[in-house]
Amino acid sequence: MKAGSVRRWLAAPSFRALLALAFVVAIGCAFNADGAFFRWGTHRDMLRQVSVYGILGCGMTLVIISGGIDLSVGSVVGLCAVLFARQTLHEGQAAPAALAVVLGAGTAIGLLSGALVARFRVQAFVATLAMMVFARGLAKWVSGGQKISQAIQHPDGTFTYVDLPAVFQRLDHRILGGNLSVVTLVFLGCVLLSWVVLEKLRYGRYLYATGGNEEAARLSGVPVARAKLLAYGLSGLFAAVAGVCQAAQEQQGDPEAGSTYELTAIAIAVIGGNTLSGGRGGIGLTLLGALTIGYLEKVLSINAVGESSRLMLTGAIIIAAVLLQRRKAG
Amino acid sequence: MPERLLALRDIGKRFGANRVLEGVSLDLDAGEVHILAGENGAGKTTLIKILAGIHSDYEGAIELGGRPVRFATPHEANRAGISVIHQELSLIDSMSVLDNIHLGRERARPGGLWLDRSGQAERALALCRQLNLELSAEDLARPVEQFPLSVKNLVEIAKALAFDARILVMDEPTSALSRAEVDRLFALVEALKRRGCGIIYITHKMEEIYRVADRITVLRDGRRVGTAAAGDCPESRLIQWMIGRELAPQGPPRPRAPGAGEGVLEVRGFGVPHPVPGRPPAVRDFSVSVRAGEIVGIAGLQGSGAAELFQGLFGARGAVCAGSVAVGGKPFSPESPSRSIGRGLCHLTADRKGSGLVPAMSVEHNVTLASLPRSSPGGVLRPRRERECAAAQAAALGIRLESLDQAAGTLSGGNQQKVVLAKWLETRPRVLLLEEPTRGVDIGAKSEIYSLMRRWTTEGMAILLISSELPELLLLCDRILAMHRGAVTAEFSREEATPERILAAAMGSPGRPGEACA
Repeated sequence: MKAGSVRRWLAAPSFRALLALAFVVAIGCAFNADGAFFRWGTHRDMLRQVSVYGILGCGMTLVIISGGIDLSVGSVVGLCAVLFARQTLHEGQAAPAALAVVLGAGTAIGLLSGALVARFRVQAFVATLAMMVFARGLAKWVSGGQKISQAIQHPDGTFTYVDLPAVFQRLDHRILGGNLSVVTLVFLGCVLLSWVVLEKLRYGRYLYATGGNEEAARLSGVPVARAKLLAYGLSGLFAAVAGVCQAAQEQQGDPEAGSTYELTAIAIAVIGGNTLSGGRGGIGLTLLGALTIGYLEKVLSINAVGESSRLMLTGAIIIAAVLLQRRKAG
Repeated sequence: MPERLLALRDIGKRFGANRVLEGVSLDLDAGEVHILAGENGAGKTTLIKILAGIHSDYEGAIELGGRPVRFATPHEANRAGISVIHQELSLIDSMSVLDNIHLGRERARPGGLWLDRSGQAERALALCRQLNLELSAEDLARPVEQFPLSVKNLVEIAKALAFDARILVMDEPTSALSRAEVDRLFALVEALKRRGCGIIYITHKMEEIYRVADRITVLRDGRRVGTAAAGDCPESRLIQWMIGRELAPQGPPRPRAPGAGEGVLEVRGFGVPHPVPGRPPAVRDFSVSVRAGEIVGIAGLQGSGAAELFQGLFGARGAVCAGSVAVGGKPFSPESPSRSIGRGLCHLTADRKGSGLVPAMSVEHNVTLASLPRSSPGGVLRPRRERECAAAQAAALGIRLESLDQAAGTLSGGNQQKVVLAKWLETRPRVLLLEEPTRGVDIGAKSEIYSLMRRWTTEGMAILLISSELPELLLLCDRILAMHRGAVTAEFSREEATPERILAAAMGSPGRPGEACA
C-alpha cells in the first residue's frame, strides 16, 4: 500500500518536472561561477528574464490542454508591445486606457484564432501559424516598421524626446527592497489566474475533457467550441500582458519583439510535462518548466557559455527531459 | 470438377486468453461465390484477416492452388493473388484513381527507377473497361475523393484485378450502396465468376445471399457450423445455423413492465438523413413508444441504421432529423447533446474509447462530466460534491478501482463501461439509449450490467437497447423491433420473439409470417 503510493508519487508528472528542475539547479550549484549562483540577485534576474516567457507559457498550457497549439503568441507580444508604446509614448494616453486597448487587442486576436479552430475547424497549427504571420504584419503596420521609442521623428527629420511614462518604470521595477521584479509578480498572477480556471472553474474541466476526447466531451454536453474559444482568448490576453511587460523592459515598442517566443513558451509547457496531445497536465507543471528553462539559461550565461553552445545544449536538454518523462510515465 | 483455388484447414486464432477461431475449414473453387455468414463477433473478420496476411500468427494451414502458403504481410497475400475489399474502402482519398489502382505494385520502366506512367494508364483503362467503369484518361488522374462511393467500390475492385487477384474477398460491399449500384456490383460479380475468379462474400443481407451464393458457410462463436450448397440451404436452416441451439439464458427473465406505466418516450415518423447527401436516409419512418420501466430492444445488424437512430434522437448529428419526438409528454426536437441531456436523454455509444470515455481524466471527473452544469452552479467546481457523487455512483454500480483519482483509461473494459454508465446516471436521465452496453466487457460485468438495467427500470427509466446479441435482447426486452436498411421490418412482443424470427427480420427476409414487412 505504502510502496504503491510512493511509486505512484514517483511516477507523477509533477515529481518528474521537479526532478528536471533539481537537476538544473544542481548543475548551477556545481558550476556556480565563483559563487555567483548563490547570490539572490542571480535568482531575481533569472525570474525577471523568464517572466515574459512564463506568461506566454500559461496561455500555451491552457491551449495545449484543450488539444491545440498557439503559434501566434510571439507575434502578439510584438504587436502589443508596439501598440502599448504608441499609445503611451506617442499619443500620450493614460496607462489604464492604453492597457485596456492593448489587452483587448491581444484577446481579440486570440479569440479569432479560437474561432478559426473551434467554429471553422481549421487545424490549430495552421490557424495560429497564419495568425502569427498576420499579427507580425499588423505590428509592423502599427509601428510603421520602426521601433517606437522616446525619440519621435518628425517629417522634417528632427527628433523630439518624450519622457518615459511612469507605467514603464513601475512595471520594470523591483519591490521588497529590490529583491523581486514586478514582471515576476505579473507572471505569478497569470499562473494564479490559469490555476483558478483549470482547477476551480467548470470551464477548466471542459478544457481537459475537450483535449482528452473531444467526441466524448461533445456527446456529454460539453460546449467544446466555447471551451476552445476560452483557451485561445486567454492565450491572446496573456500574450498581450507579456507584450506590455516586454515594452516596459525594453522601454520601447519593437515590432520584432517576441519573435520565436512561442517556441520557448511551448518548450516551457512541454519540459514541465504537459503533453502536446492534450487532455493532461497543469499550470503547476508549467511553472516548474519555466523555472527549469530559466535556470538553464542562467547557469549557462553566468558560466559564459557561448550562444552557439547554449542553444545546442538547450535543445538537447529539452529532448532529454521529454524522453525521460515519456519513458517513465508509460 | 472446377479448379480448387483455396483451402483453409483447421484455422485457429486466439487473442491473449480469448479464443476467437477454432478449427475452421473453408475452401473456394474457381468461378464460385462462397458466402461467409454469421452474427457479429462470429469470427468472420478474423478469418479474413488471416487470409489477407494481416494476422500472421494463427493455427492451421492455408493451401493456395494445392501449395501450402503462409502470409506474413498483406503484401505477400496480394502477390499470391488474394485481394480483400474491406468494408471501409482502403483507397487513399487524396491520390488519383490511377495511383490507387497501382498502389503497392507500381509499374516501372526498365531499370526500375522511373514509373511507367503511360503503361500504368493503359492497364488501368483496360481494367476499367472490363468493369464497365466509364472513366477517361483525365478521370484517372483525378483524386478518388471526387467520385461517388459506387465508383470507389469499383476502383477498389480494379485495384484487386491489377494485382491479377484470382481470389477476392468482399466484406459487406453493399453496405453503403444504393439499389442500382448494388445491381451493378452483382453484374460485376457474375463477370468475375466467368473469368474464373473465386469470391468469398460476407454479408448480413438475406436477399444478397440468395442472389449471389453458390455455397454458404456459417460461423458461430469462432467455429464452423456448416457448409452447404446454396440450393440445399434454405433460409430456415441458415438462421438455425447462425443462432445455434443453445441460447443459454443469463439470469432469470426480467419481470414484465407494469402495463400502466406512462409513456416516457414517444417517437413518430422519425428519419435521419445519410451524412452524404444524395444517399438513401440512414433511418426512415421510425416510430416507437416506450413507457416508464420498459425495455424496448432494437435488433439490427451492421448497417441497419440503429446506431444512426440513436445519434439522431440524442441530437448528436444536430437538428437534421425528420419526424416528432416527445419526452415525458412534451414535444422535443433533438438539436444537440447538451439539450437532450437537459431533457433527460442519454446515449451510451458502442465505441467506448472513441466517444464514451475520456481515458486520461480521472474516474471521478469522467463520472461528473455530463452533470457539471448541475453540480457546479455559477461555473465554480464543488470538489466535495463531485467526490460524493462519484463515490456514490462507483458504489452503486460496483466499479472496481484503486482510487477515484485513477485515470479512467487504466480500468478494465467492464469497469470503463460502468464509468460511462455512471456518467449518464449522474445526469438523472429518464430515457436511456444504450448501444451495445456489454460490448467488450467480461462475463461477470455483463451480468452485473444486466441487473443494473433491471434496477433502472424499476426506478422508472425507459430504456431503448441496441444489441447485436440476440440472447441479450431476448433476456432483457419487453418488446423487440427489428431494423433493416434503416427501417423497422418487424415488431415482436416478448412472447412472439424467437431468435429465428428476429434474425430473419433483421436480415431483411421477405415474407416471414406474422410481421409487417416493409
